[in-house]
Amino acid sequence: MKYKVNEKGYYGDFGGAYIPEMLYPNVEELRQNYLKIIADPDFQKEFHQLLKDYVGRPSPLYLAKRYSERYGVNIFLKREDLNHTGAHKINNTIGQILLAEKLGKKRIIAETGAGQHGVATATVCALRNLECVIYMGEVDIERQAPNVARMKMLGAKVVPASSGSKTLKDATNEAMRDWINNPVDTHYIIGSVVGPHPYPDMVAIFQSIISEETKKQLLAQTGNDQPDYVLACVGGGSNAMGMFYHFMDDENVKLIAVEAAGKGVSSGFSAATTYLGNEGVLHGSRSILMQTPDGQVVEPHSVSAGLDYPGIGPQHAHLFKTGRGQYVSITDEESLEAGLLCTKLEGIIPAIESAHALAYLEKMQFKGGENVVVCLSGRGDKDLDTYIKYFNL
Amino acid sequence: MNRIKQLFREKKNILSIYYTAGYPNTGDTIQIAEALQKSGADILEIGFPYSDPVADGPVIQASSKQSLDQGMTLKLLFEQLKELRKNVTIPVLLMGYVNPVLQFGVEKFCEACAEVGVDGCIVPDLPMVEYEEFYKDCFEKHNLANVFLITPQTAEERIRKIDGLTNGFIYLLSSSATTGKNLEVGNTTEAYFSRIKGMDLKNPTMIGFGISDKQTFDKACSYANGAIIGTAFVKAISEGNLEENISNFMKKFKD
Ligand SMILES: Cc1ncc(COP(=O)(O)O)c(C=O)c1O
Repeated sequence: MKYKVNEKGYYGDFGGAYIPEMLYPNVEELRQNYLKIIADPDFQKEFHQLLKDYVGRPSPLYLAKRYSERYGVNIFLKREDLNHTGAHKINNTIGQILLAEKLGKKRIIAETGAGQHGVATATVCALRNLECVIYMGEVDIERQAPNVARMKMLGAKVVPASSGSKTLKDATNEAMRDWINNPVDTHYIIGSVVGPHPYPDMVAIFQSIISEETKKQLLAQTGNDQPDYVLACVGGGSNAMGMFYHFMDDENVKLIAVEAAGKGVSSGFSAATTYLGNEGVLHGSRSILMQTPDGQVVEPHSVSAGLDYPGIGPQHAHLFKTGRGQYVSITDEESLEAGLLCTKLEGIIPAIESAHALAYLEKMQFKGGENVVVCLSGRGDKDLDTYIKYFNL
Repeated sequence: MNRIKQLFREKKNILSIYYTAGYPNTGDTIQIAEALQKSGADILEIGFPYSDPVADGPVIQASSKQSLDQGMTLKLLFEQLKELRKNVTIPVLLMGYVNPVLQFGVEKFCEACAEVGVDGCIVPDLPMVEYEEFYKDCFEKHNLANVFLITPQTAEERIRKIDGLTNGFIYLLSSSATTGKNLEVGNTTEAYFSRIKGMDLKNPTMIGFGISDKQTFDKACSYANGAIIGTAFVKAISEGNLEENISNFMKKFKD
């Protein structure tokens, strides 16, 4: 429990709810109710039923033979890419939409970077017949066009965010402004383990299904529910937190979080938050973020829209600061090469986000024979344009 | 005596003006303060800009961005404010988001405020619990008022708590909204303003967000000790002659 949130909404030095008074009633309503609602047997029943019949869980834990041969270890891929809508994001949106219904909300808003969270949100809104507005940076609307079309087809209104770098951070700002202006009937489905308490904890709980299943699957496949390493990419950090959740207290399981180095950590075009950032407040919580000495948020860069964010969730900041997690980074090029390698070796086209985690395998020093789990957070369909351009396909 | 307390003791229908430091030009901060005092403003709220102002609408987002692009920082602002008390005698508050304050250092920030003669702060994303635990002592040591916001959704018990923690005035938002929305005083707003008035709070109240002309200002003053104008003023000084713009704008509120 030592890495979980305390009763004040903090993970060590990080977390809290740094929000203007306008958001207080909504966030407080959530804080008072989320654990109670989630623990309710009816909620649990409906949540797990939907994860099974609608999302297609449990997602397979696949022993990747050719990857394993290449590194002389056992590489397991946790196949979140096989979920309905193609990424881990839907685990969270199913949970939050059920919660929003219990709170009597009629209108759903969300931010999105890669469009995966936007699609996952639009999907559950269609499923439950709720109004849906998605904020997305103008740059991301361009580079993730198929997902924009999917959201529209699902009935969502996609609103471009045109401030700042016109990416995920700015979409999040716009979503928060929407929530301020619609204080009564709206629920904001945040897409990662960021935002004011209780969001980081709530999203982590919904994503923890990833490691809950992984443990059981590992036990069945290897006779040991503890791997030597788990790896995941980190944008805000939700797939990583889901992957780490049930391993956090097993101190002999090494947790590796892979951030986006963009064009290189020192290039000025990077999203390697723990390397470049320091402590501060962004989007409602105290965490680590990329900023100037004056406290202005620095525009990040990554080829992968889902990792193009200048912060990380507060629980990650805590895992980083305590040394429980190892935080590393991978460049744009390394990730694209790893995406192609995965496709060639295993016949799986990964999302460029997930390819960051895979790319780090190339840099690890193995003894031989270790069990290594990589969270394959999403599939690469949405990224074909980027792959096509880079590899001249 | 504290400038804020004295003002509310002596005056009714108080007009407070917000502007973004370093906008339209980096060097305008003091000139605007002096011109506003000359043309009848009672309180100044000087905004220190932030890259991600989530509580602000498009106008203040744009003024903040322009100011930052032109090189404004909190450090530079405090440099400029060394000239503040040469001519400005009315209460002055700094308004901005918490992250620049954290990077500057809370203790250092409070010291700098006291040194240049700032009377208080409005930091919308600094929560009450954090303020109580980590900031209050420092603010009080330097005689800084901390102004909290309340909205129509703020529960009575919480308003009482805010009233207990505040030592300047309470900022009543006319509705839950980002800055720049127009004030429509409908029945529900009126009921809310009356409810607050009836609570008999120890602190004076100022109504803000969406005040743009004499009519909305007067309306606000009938429920509170005064009102705050931000977006409309920032818009009015965006181009042209600064002194003229300010005096023309302020004339609209004084007859
Ligand atoms: C496939 C995929 N992986 C990872 C991420 C990054 O988000 P997080 O760090 O919250 O898992 C995204 C975000 O859009 C994504 O689509």
